Amino acid sequence: MTTSAPSSAPRLDRRADGRLLAGVCRGLADHLGLDVVVVRLVFVVLVVSGWAGIAAYCAFWLLVPRREEPAGRRDWGQTLAYLAVTLGLAYLSWGNQATSAAVLPLLVVGAGAAILWQQADGDRRQRWVRTTTGPLRRMWLRSLFGLALVVCGIGGFLVQQVDTAQAREVLIATGVILSGVAMIATPWLLRLWQDLESERHERIRSQERAELAAHIHDSVLHTLTLIQRSAHDPREVQRLARSQERTLRNWLYQPRSDPDQTLAAAVREAAGEVEDDHGVAIEVVCVGDCPLDERLGAMLQATREAMVNAAKYAGTGAVSVYAEVEGDPGGEQVTIFVRDRGAGFDLDAVPDDRMGVRGSIIGRMERHGGTATVRTSPGEGTEVRLEMKK
Amino acid sequence: MTRIVLVDDHQMFRTGVKAELGTDIEVVGEAGDVDEAVSVITAAKPEVVLLDVHLPGGGGIEVLRRLHGTVPARFLALSVSDAAEDVIGVVRGGARGYVTKTISGPELTDAIGRVAEGDAVFSPRLAGFVLDAFAASDLPAADSELDQLTAREREVLRLIARGYAYKEIAKELFISVKTVETHVSSVLRKLQLSNRHELSRWAAARRLV
Repeated sequence: MTTSAPSSAPRLDRRADGRLLAGVCRGLADHLGLDVVVVRLVFVVLVVSGWAGIAAYCAFWLLVPRREEPAGRRDWGQTLAYLAVTLGLAYLSWGNQATSAAVLPLLVVGAGAAILWQQADGDRRQRWVRTTTGPLRRMWLRSLFGLALVVCGIGGFLVQQVDTAQAREVLIATGVILSGVAMIATPWLLRLWQDLESERHERIRSQERAELAAHIHDSVLHTLTLIQRSAHDPREVQRLARSQERTLRNWLYQPRSDPDQTLAAAVREAAGEVEDDHGVAIEVVCVGDCPLDERLGAMLQATREAMVNAAKYAGTGAVSVYAEVEGDPGGEQVTIFVRDRGAGFDLDAVPDDRMGVRGSIIGRMERHGGTATVRTSPGEGTEVRLEMKK
Repeated sequence: MTRIVLVDDHQMFRTGVKAELGTDIEVVGEAGDVDEAVSVITAAKPEVVLLDVHLPGGGGIEVLRRLHGTVPARFLALSVSDAAEDVIGVVRGGARGYVTKTISGPELTDAIGRVAEGDAVFSPRLAGFVLDAFAASDLPAADSELDQLTAREREVLRLIARGYAYKEIAKELFISVKTVETHVSSVLRKLQLSNRHELSRWAAARRLV
């Protein structure tokens, strides 16, 4: 009988990409769900404290299969940094007191370098290129920490190794060399940075362009084709044009919101659907907004029913919908008006068994603790007023 | 007879509007961008300018800025845009009203007549924006009465947003059409003069949600 490993933990294997030596630590880190730095430091400590680490590493190296993937790069900067830390620790634990003090700065420098190189490894560089924002702050903090470690280490080394008498000359010499290097490297680095920036902007621009093109293709061009095909049917042409106009308008001007979650977006969506189904123009004005819940969902159904009635029976091309949310969050008062200037009807003359107005609008609102009033008379148009308190 | 200038960068649209306007309106000039608009309006001295919000050279708001106080013409903004930023911006820039380009010919004629007489023209959508903008203040009401709508003004705006014409509003509230116009003009004045910068900020923020 075989049991399959839980799918959440990746199979233990040696990674080729992002390895320092043989990819053992990287693979272990993936498998255990730990940060690869932690695993590497544990191995460093094990190696230093008596060869057990080396044995373990070799065992993993031999027994764990290599992952089938194209040979990845090896990050030499990090490898060197870890090597420095290992050697430093080894020297500390095996050497005598006097020399170990001298090695301490090296150790600090190694740790700092490890952090800096970790910051700048390939994936991260990729991410800088891809996005502008992100956990930049944390990145800067870490980089600063690494930098501080390196500077402290070098400072410590200088303090230990250089006589106070010579300190001045040494500092001057260092300054001269550093400024020379800076002078040589700065233009090049600057150029590199600018290239990267312009490339990034270009990429963002072309992405936007592609998105725009995709949108126009999917909606506008498609609709124009449909309009040409149904040129003989003015009603259909109008419906298509109106529907396309609405979509485009929403895309351009409306705040992005989810019709499943907020009232205003839901009312707009319902109006759009009724427009599509019945070929009338519905003008929607929303003031305020609030999250949808079950009762407002019922209210939305009633609104839709009122819109459908207006579209079907009013006999005019235009319907106005006004939705207003007043009051503080939690205690909102929601009012929706659906109005047409059409034929109107005599409310008392509607037989009791007709479900439309009584059942779907008035009844539905009352069942959910709201009210609905219908104002109409023949020739005067119809206005349905729906109210609900949250 | 109302003399108007049409400012819109689409020739087709200007032609269409001219054809739809009633006989009471005479088009004395047309312009397709900001510079042209400024010179045509200065020369033709119309009573009303139909001003497109989006124009090459800085938009309708730039025309309003450059002509501010120099011509007696009144401006009616006309746009396909539904963005609160554009609408509120152009009205605060000095337009006497705002209508969308989907408006029908007779309605447009009516709106031009209203603006010519010095009244304000609010589309349902503009009324909605104003209600929203003035309700959006979380700050304690600022000192001036310009920063708040009266209950009556609110009521009138609400009816406009519900699709009522001025005549219907007057009937509904048992007041005269003239009173409705006074209320709307007063709202327009508040909208233009209120120095509550939240108005602009609110309008700009709406796009970013």
